[in-house]
Amino acid sequence: MDDSLRELYQEVILDHSRHPRHFGPLDHASHTGEGHNPLCGDRVKIYLSVGDDGRIKDISFEGRGCAISQASASLMTDMLAGRTVAEAETLMGGFLHLVKGEDAGGLDADDRDRLNVMAGVSAFPMRVKCATLAWHTMKSALEGGVAKTE
Amino acid sequence: MMAQTKATSPAFVPPRGDFEILARPVHGKPLAYLDSAASAQKPRRVLEAMEAFATSEYANVHRGVHHLSAVATQRYEEARETVRRFLGARSADEIVFTRNGTEAINLVASSWLAPRIEPGDEIVLTVMEHHSNIVPWHFLRERDGAVLRWVDVADDGSLGAAAVAEAIGPRTKLVAVTHMSNVLGTVSPLKAIIAAAHARGVPVLVDGCQGAVHEVVDVRELDADFYVITGHKLYGPTGIGALYAKMAHLKAMRPMLGGGEMIREVTRDKITYADPPARFEAGTPPIIESVGLAAALDYITAFDRAAVKAHELSLLSYARDAVRPFNWLRLVGDAPAKGAILSFEAEGMHAHDLATILDREGVAVRAGHHCAQPLMDRFGVVSTTRASFALYSTREDVEALVAGLEKARKILG
Repeated sequence: MDDSLRELYQEVILDHSRHPRHFGPLDHASHTGEGHNPLCGDRVKIYLSVGDDGRIKDISFEGRGCAISQASASLMTDMLAGRTVAEAETLMGGFLHLVKGEDAGGLDADDRDRLNVMAGVSAFPMRVKCATLAWHTMKSALEGGVAKTE
Repeated sequence: MMAQTKATSPAFVPPRGDFEILARPVHGKPLAYLDSAASAQKPRRVLEAMEAFATSEYANVHRGVHHLSAVATQRYEEARETVRRFLGARSADEIVFTRNGTEAINLVASSWLAPRIEPGDEIVLTVMEHHSNIVPWHFLRERDGAVLRWVDVADDGSLGAAAVAEAIGPRTKLVAVTHMSNVLGTVSPLKAIIAAAHARGVPVLVDGCQGAVHEVVDVRELDADFYVITGHKLYGPTGIGALYAKMAHLKAMRPMLGGGEMIREVTRDKITYADPPARFEAGTPPIIESVGLAAALDYITAFDRAAVKAHELSLLSYARDAVRPFNWLRLVGDAPAKGAILSFEAEGMHAHDLATILDREGVAVRAGHHCAQPLMDRFGVVSTTRASFALYSTREDVEALVAGLEKARKILG
């Protein structure tokens, strides 16, 4: 198989997409956001419970989409639980660089390694928006709006 | 007992050589272009016709008195005549050039229907319409209080003329229906639909963007009120489409765009409009594209169109047979009256993942909602993968698709 395809659909990604973590609504969400990719009709909803200390106590998602968008949402929720909002934004910044094939400076090595499973998408420009949908939706949820990526 | 004989028409040989792009590799694999329903490739003859025109005969049309303007005007009007012939219209004046099919439908919505809509008036349309034959009617719902009456298709994707007829009521102002669904491939029973609508005094708009590519169109025989085509799906250039409308309708239509070319007289206090079709062609039209479109229509009609259709349908049936053993694949749209489009949903595989893997095998398909979200809702799917066949498609294209599907199943399944 072509290497870039192997990289894109590596086992970690397929595992996340088949068995998404933190899937389903959150009863006590303080923030929610809905994202929509008009290109393919995929939708994602992000639930966040943010404490007074600015820390994400709980996060979940639901939605339907391709393996890339589902894996990205699952991985994101896995990584953001327990982080501060400021840390979430730093991670998102690094992630957006990474999926475009750019240097994800500013992330610590652990985070970079975990996010790196999504880096293969940079070889597929038409699919980058699949990977970023959940992150943009998370950000808009924190900002209290509705995300629309195109 | 006599042996069954195969189809009697001589085998159609796909003219691959006319389409240089089909010989290029993609990701190091031979290209299997199965996305012609989105846009068809252009034969060399079309490109040459545009180049020759732009190289030696080009100027603006209907304006100058100089030689080139006269020649260009003649070419442009000849293109209109070619479209007339292709659609079987009575007069070339019933052909309005537009930017694409979408603009043609919007023209009917804003110039013909909008002024006739009272709140509560109804527009009948089917769930298998493309967004371009939905959104302009939604505009009239939002702005003028029109009510959209949706006609469902059967589970196999068939559209019954009776279902359309039932949806027509005393307040129906227009029936808008596709000739051929861009997702299901379903070919609409147009004659019966139009007859039923006319029996109630309701005009019919036909979206022929897909249908005109595969079916021989005769707007007079159909008695269609409006028929819409787009150039780029007809092996022609982008940037040009056409609206056929009966002259009585055109005469009763107000202009949509204002500008040069569409007026008779402009003073400080008032304007009078040109007669159709000029009334609807404000500004410099797609002149070079009109020459390309005419060349494309000449190209298509030089073939035995029944043989082309039989060829495309034979590929559809070859593909259907090949995927039949795949119990993880569900066809969306299996109507008896169906053109050469294969849409499907694959279990556990999202259309975009599938299309990405197929792409790496050189197989170009469309994945997504195909600008037909009401239809996706109808079939309970978010998106489908679609392979569409054209006159240049081959069995090798189908085989590449099938091999790619098996590979995708291995990776994602």
